[in-house]
Amino acid sequence: MKKRPSSVLRLASPFGAWGQRLAFLLLIVVAFALMLLSRADSRFAEQARTAVSDFFSPVLSHFASPVETIGDIIQQVRDMAALRAENVALRQENERLLAWQVRARQLAAENAGLRELSNFSAAPSPGQITARVIADSSNAFVRSLLVLAGEPDGVVKGQAAVTGQGLVGRVTAVGKRASRVLLVTDINSRIPVSIDRTRERAVLAGNNSGSPALIYLPPETGVQVGDRIVTSGHGGVFPKGIPVGVVTVVDGETILVRPHFDWNRIEYLRLIDYQLPGILGGQKGRPPEAGP
Amino acid sequence: MRGSDWQQVDTAVRLVTPTLLIVILVVVSHIPLQIPNAGPVFPDIVLIAIYYWAVYRPDLMPFWVVFLIGLLQDLLGGDALGVSSMIFLAVFWTVAAQQRFFMSRSFGVVWAGFIVVGAGVVLLSWGLHALILGRSVHIGPALFQYLTTIAAYPLLAWIFAQTQRLVLK
Repeated sequence: MKKRPSSVLRLASPFGAWGQRLAFLLLIVVAFALMLLSRADSRFAEQARTAVSDFFSPVLSHFASPVETIGDIIQQVRDMAALRAENVALRQENERLLAWQVRARQLAAENAGLRELSNFSAAPSPGQITARVIADSSNAFVRSLLVLAGEPDGVVKGQAAVTGQGLVGRVTAVGKRASRVLLVTDINSRIPVSIDRTRERAVLAGNNSGSPALIYLPPETGVQVGDRIVTSGHGGVFPKGIPVGVVTVVDGETILVRPHFDWNRIEYLRLIDYQLPGILGGQKGRPPEAGP
Repeated sequence: MRGSDWQQVDTAVRLVTPTLLIVILVVVSHIPLQIPNAGPVFPDIVLIAIYYWAVYRPDLMPFWVVFLIGLLQDLLGGDALGVSSMIFLAVFWTVAAQQRFFMSRSFGVVWAGFIVVGAGVVLLSWGLHALILGRSVHIGPALFQYLTTIAAYPLLAWIFAQTQRLVLK
C-alpha cells in the first residue's frame, strides 16, 4: 500500500528522475573539468578566488575581531598562570641575549669597517606592509590564510609573509582588499632556503604535516638535527636570511624542519616588500614613488 | 491579495533556508579561531550540513546548489576548484538516494550513516588531492578532522533540527 504513491509519482514524472540523474552527471563532469582546469591554468582559478575573497573580506573581517578578543582573553588567563615560570626563563634569556648584544655590536662594527674597505654595496633594505589575518583557510589538505591588504596597499604576489618569529609563507594571490598567503606547511609550498651553518642550498617543501621537508639537498651534506634554516634569497623574491625553522629529523633522505612561527596564533602578518629591480615582474602596477 | 503575497514570501524563505544556512557556515568555517592547532582539524561543519539536509529535506537543495556551495568553499578556502563540489555532490547523491532508509530512523542510525559517509569522504578527498598533485599526500590531518567532525555532528544536527522545526515545519 505504501509503495503506491511513490511509484505513481515516478511514473508520472519520468523526465524528472532522468533529468536529475543527467544534471548530477553533468555537474560531476563540470567539477572534474574545473579540477583539471585549475591545475593546468591557475590564472583563471586565481582570478575567481581573488574576486570571492574580496567580496567576503568585509564580512570575515567583522567576524575576526570579536574572535580575536576572545582569543586574547584566553591567552591572558593562560599567561597569568605561567607568569612565574616565564619570568625566570625570561631573566635567563635576557642575560644570554645581553651577551649576544655585545657580540653583535662588535660584529656590526667589524662588518661596517670591512664594507668600507671593500666598497661593498648593500642590498636594498625591504619595506613592510602589516596586514591583519581575516580568514584561516586551513583544512585537511590546504594551509593558507587571507589577510586584509591588497594591491592598493602595495601587496605583490610572491612577497614573503613573516611574524616576529620567522617566515610564515608567501603571497600567492592579490586582490583589491584581501590577499592569500600560502603557508610553508601547505603541500604546494616551495621555498628556496639554505642551511645557516653550512650555507648549503635546498628547497623547503610543504607536505601537509606540521613539519615541511628539505629537498634537493646536495647528496653528501652535513645537515644535523638543530641546524637553523633561513631563506636563501635565490629567485630574488625573498630577502636573504629570514629565519624559517630548525631541522628536527634527519633520517637518510628525509630531512624535516619545524617552522619557527606559532601558527596557532597569527593575528597579524608582515609582508616584506623586497624589490630587486628587474627580477620581480609584479611591479608594473605600482607607482615608482611608493618604494621604501 | 496581501495574504497570498505573504504566503509567497513565507514559501520563499522556507525554500532558501537550508542553502542560506550552509552559505553562512561556509563563511563561518573560515574565521580564524586562534585556538591551538584548530585549523586543519576543525570539524567540517559544511559537510555535516550537506549530509543533514540530504537526509531530511533533499527536495530543498537542487544539485546545482550543492555544486555551487562546493565551488564557494573551494574559492574561499584556496583548495583546487571542483574538489568540494564533487565531494558534496557525491554525498548528496548517495544520501538522498537512501532517503527512504533514513526516513523516520532514530538519531543514532542517522549519525551512524554519517560516520560511514564521512569515511568515504576522507578517502575520496584524499584520492582527489593525490590525483591533482600527482603524488601521495599525508592523510593524517584528514583522519583527525574526520574524528572531530563525527564528534561535532550531534550539536550541529540539533541546531539544524531546531531551524527545521522553526522555519520549515
